[in-house]
Amino acid sequence: MSAASGRSTAPKPPSADDEGFKRELVQLIPHLRAFARTLTGDPTAADDLAQDAMMKAWDARASYQMGTNMKAWTFMILRNQFYSEKRRSWRSTQLDQEAAERTLVAVDDPEAPVALDELRQALNTLPEEQREALILVGAGGFAYEEAAEICQCAVGTVKSRVSRARKALQATLERGGFRRDGRAAGDAMRSILADADRLSGARQV
Amino acid sequence: MIDSPDSRRRRAPPPVNAEDFSLEEARLRQQAIGVKLRHMFDEVVNEPVPDAFLEILRRADARKSGEDEA
Repeated sequence: MSAASGRSTAPKPPSADDEGFKRELVQLIPHLRAFARTLTGDPTAADDLAQDAMMKAWDARASYQMGTNMKAWTFMILRNQFYSEKRRSWRSTQLDQEAAERTLVAVDDPEAPVALDELRQALNTLPEEQREALILVGAGGFAYEEAAEICQCAVGTVKSRVSRARKALQATLERGGFRRDGRAAGDAMRSILADADRLSGARQV
Repeated sequence: MIDSPDSRRRRAPPPVNAEDFSLEEARLRQQAIGVKLRHMFDEVVNEPVPDAFLEILRRADARKSGEDEA
């Protein structure tokens, strides 16, 4: 009768397809969390978003074709979820790009790790569609074609967004327009160059 | 000491052609931004997955059998 009465009866044996789907989905959780973190910029909101996306993917598993690109498919679900939630919150807060940038400057925390923080802040000054394209291709390891599938746009559009994002990010970091007190312009770029040197020493680029 | 091509290039004096120099410098900077970007992303990927995620999937399984019952 009610769904709760299902607890007392033996659960339906899991289908082999469902089990395979679940295994793949579990492996994608760390990547979904990372993508959500770059979209929301907030760890708690990101995990809420990633959990919602995971459940949406699970509920829609019948429409997923095993053997196709499940990572791109789940990223698309997460992205759609993010924008549909965002549209809802936009209506209530009327948050615009400029307000977001003002907030970023206002919450500047002198204790935060410098270079990574500056990169995050610079990323946040990018238009949304450029930021996500750069994250998918430049950090998530997706091909342009896969990123186009995730963002539901043309491959050429993704390419131009990534290219514009790279130029804008570099310009922002060199300008150091969001710098802390007492730090000269260009320090952001310098610390990123130094950090990247250190990181590529540990890993082949 | 192994001298990587990148560090050699960065220590070299600027080429006579200023345009070549700025192109090369831009390339190095883009590369550095790329490394940092991947690092930022991978840091989250490498975090342990909070239990809540697996718990939610377990509950979804239970709910599924419940729904089949109803």
